[in-house]
Amino acid sequence: MFHSITPHEEQDMLKTIGVSSFEDLLGDVPSAVRVKGLLNVPPPQSELELRRRLKTLADRNINADTAACFLGAGAYDHSIPSVVPALASRSEFATSYTPYQAERSQGLLQTIYEFQSMICGLTGHEVANASLYDGASALAEAALTAMRITKRDQIVVSGTIHPHYRSVLNTYLTSVGKIVEIPHANGVTNLEGLKGVIDESTAAVMLQYPNFYGCLEDLSAAFQLAHEHQSLAVVSADPIALGLLKPPSESGADITIGEGQGLGNPLSYGGPYVGFFATRKEYVRQIPGRLVGRTVDTQGRRGFCLTLQTREQHIRRDRATSNICTNQALIALRTTIYLAVMGKHGLRAVAEQCVKKAHYAHQQLCAIPGVAPAFPHAFFKEFVVKLPCSPAIINEQLTRVGIIGGLDLGTYDSSLTNHMMISVTEKRTRDDIDLLVDTIAGCVKNA
Amino acid sequence: MIEPTIFELSSEGRPGYPLPPLDVPDTPVEQLLSPDVIRTPPHLPEVSEFQVVRHFTRLSQTTFGIDQGFYPLGSCTMKYNPKLNEEIANLPGFADLHPLQSPEHSQGVLQLIYDLEELLKEIAGLDRISLQPTAGAQAEFAGMLMVRAYHQQQSGTARTKVLIPDSAHGTNPASAILAGYKIEVVKSGPDGLVDVEDLKQLVDTDCAALMLTNPNTLGLFEREIVNIAEIVHAAGAQLYLDGANLNALVGMAKPGDMGFDVVHFNLHKTFSTPHGGGGPGAGGLGVKAHLEPYLPAPMVERQGDRYILDQDRPQSIGRVATFFGNVGMLVRAFTYISRLGHTGLQAVSRLAIVNANYIRKRLENHYHIPYNRPCLHECVVSAKDFTSNGIHAWDIAKRLLDYEFYAPTVNFPLIVEEALMIEPTETEPKASLDAFCDAMIAIANEATTNPDLVKNAPHTLAVSRIDEVTAARQLDLRE
Repeated sequence: MFHSITPHEEQDMLKTIGVSSFEDLLGDVPSAVRVKGLLNVPPPQSELELRRRLKTLADRNINADTAACFLGAGAYDHSIPSVVPALASRSEFATSYTPYQAERSQGLLQTIYEFQSMICGLTGHEVANASLYDGASALAEAALTAMRITKRDQIVVSGTIHPHYRSVLNTYLTSVGKIVEIPHANGVTNLEGLKGVIDESTAAVMLQYPNFYGCLEDLSAAFQLAHEHQSLAVVSADPIALGLLKPPSESGADITIGEGQGLGNPLSYGGPYVGFFATRKEYVRQIPGRLVGRTVDTQGRRGFCLTLQTREQHIRRDRATSNICTNQALIALRTTIYLAVMGKHGLRAVAEQCVKKAHYAHQQLCAIPGVAPAFPHAFFKEFVVKLPCSPAIINEQLTRVGIIGGLDLGTYDSSLTNHMMISVTEKRTRDDIDLLVDTIAGCVKNA
Repeated sequence: MIEPTIFELSSEGRPGYPLPPLDVPDTPVEQLLSPDVIRTPPHLPEVSEFQVVRHFTRLSQTTFGIDQGFYPLGSCTMKYNPKLNEEIANLPGFADLHPLQSPEHSQGVLQLIYDLEELLKEIAGLDRISLQPTAGAQAEFAGMLMVRAYHQQQSGTARTKVLIPDSAHGTNPASAILAGYKIEVVKSGPDGLVDVEDLKQLVDTDCAALMLTNPNTLGLFEREIVNIAEIVHAAGAQLYLDGANLNALVGMAKPGDMGFDVVHFNLHKTFSTPHGGGGPGAGGLGVKAHLEPYLPAPMVERQGDRYILDQDRPQSIGRVATFFGNVGMLVRAFTYISRLGHTGLQAVSRLAIVNANYIRKRLENHYHIPYNRPCLHECVVSAKDFTSNGIHAWDIAKRLLDYEFYAPTVNFPLIVEEALMIEPTETEPKASLDAFCDAMIAIANEATTNPDLVKNAPHTLAVSRIDEVTAARQLDLRE
């Protein structure tokens, strides 16, 4: 099957090693901890059997390939050009590992350099790393980075950041930092609340753009408050939105992180995704994760290699800027291919279609008697509506017509019971949206 | 041939990827949003789809994966990645699931996660496993936070320090620091194993845990493991296993039986989800029952014939990933384990161990081998005999590239001077092991007869030795 040594070869090799049996190689392993016989797991299965069985399992899930997905909240059903999986699945990329040997990994290193360049292009920052695990861990790493730079330990977090991101941040800072969370004010950051808590111990002020509820924040105002106290301004941004919206760096963000899933990666029940991290050049020695630099070979030809590795755990150990080792390289590669094939104009077209379709859906939904906009703010591709009945009941009905409905916000925030958050990407057609609206209208009428 | 960057291939004005015509009212975005929030176009390339295909295909050709050749990178377990893994993970019923869709509509994937946990529990001898951590290092960090929570609960104090052997991976100290501990280093003895006397000196009631890699980074099994576990537990501390080297143990010995309380998995290593040029991996986090309450939330539970997401875990350390971790990698690992079954799993460690010892034996007359006795899944040789000729481990690694192999892990573990850490895995054919050993032996000869040939390697690739010093001094990190 996968193993290539025949029993005959195995015997020959044992002879070369100078032992009479495999057991002779296990002298250090106490018999008390040896497995007696076979593990209690099922016998081997052929490809044919296993494919059939796993296909059955896969078919038990409702999926966004056959249902129209209006669920977002940090994972988005954007379209994926065919070239993305076709190129990223090339086994030279997929079956390699961290490019420690630069000379035999030039292609991979160049793709990472191009990823860093594109993330800089999108965010307007000067440096970007080679990737982090996902958006939430990138936010946590941004907090740790800000703490190192400012030598302060308090992080001020807007309640408009994705609740899962805030959970992960809490986990990461359990024993090394303090978090102050400011509840949202009508769907956006409570600036007065921020003002009240930012002080000389604040390492960073953190917002999301567009925020968890889809709303566009007044980043400049919040970041000005941060800078008045020499705190860093950190933002988690949707990279699709950055195809159209001014990057937060123009509003004063010092660090921009985000989730790159929407850039050419499937939903995959939450992962593998890819976190990106970009900041000012002056902070480059404080950032987490790998970096690829452009340099030359001994003959002066252009080449690429991992650089500033003295920040990393394999060199610096307990004084590293992060414990990250394995990152999300293949997903970063997919993202790079996506951005290349979309191009400057393609990404903007995706972003514009998101805005226009989301606004059409918003307008149609809010025309239903009993349905109202939840918040009065500008939005990008996601918005919240207030319903006269439970979103759970509506979602059940939507499933029956082949739609994955929006997020029931009451499950996150009891003050938002009967609120549904709806995401509309460029993939949704007018027919999808009209069916969503008609089905919700039917539910509301019968409620 | 140097491939231009994608930006250098760009030509102004080339249209982007075409979308279907807009089928809703075409209100200008400047009317839907304030013109103040609209940007000038980002700096992205303008290239055709065909240029993209050719560019990335060409870049793949100067990248080296295990499908092309032997990749003996120690501690990284570069085994064959079955193609069925990819096919299954790409099924729309797994690839196109939204993480927040109702668990009622996600029963298939929840069952897979539950069943994978059951398999890993049996393989490692543990009571519960969270599959949320996205990589080994994240699992280490989460594991140390669990240790912290456990001590806090038991005695009202988290304790202050974590013990780590001098042969450990760098992630161990980096993760323990992030969990708020200070590090004390345990020395290795003359046999390359944990110096048990030194350990006894360091273990006290301030000690939260010992983080151990077993087999260690020399590929040697800690033969005092049962004793070590007793010493650690007698002080009330926890025993943590860095599972990077689990491939040596699969089907042969269970960490849970050795006394480990917390174990992390690297599913991309041991269980064959591809390494992806540096990731994604997936890092399961397994524990004995007394630590279960602290596992990251949510956990997948079975209720009758239904699977649910249990969020109600009041003592949990919390979330470590945005959603449920790298589920696509879990699908691949489950496919791999199911395909191998009990007999296939047993052969994993056996053949990995035979292959590593075969390389050790074939090289022992040509390279210094600091701890030359039967190893498990990997062996460490030293290039120190060649330093008088100006040749370092690094040079031998570069020369191997000329022989069409990737290089072993170099200069690690830190306790071996000029280390070359070689891990062949169980899937490598004998012929490629022989070819690799022949190349290593030829390089050892070159190191004596023609040292410049080795020092200036590689000679046969698209680029010669890369100047890493200039890369760090004159930072160029973006186009």
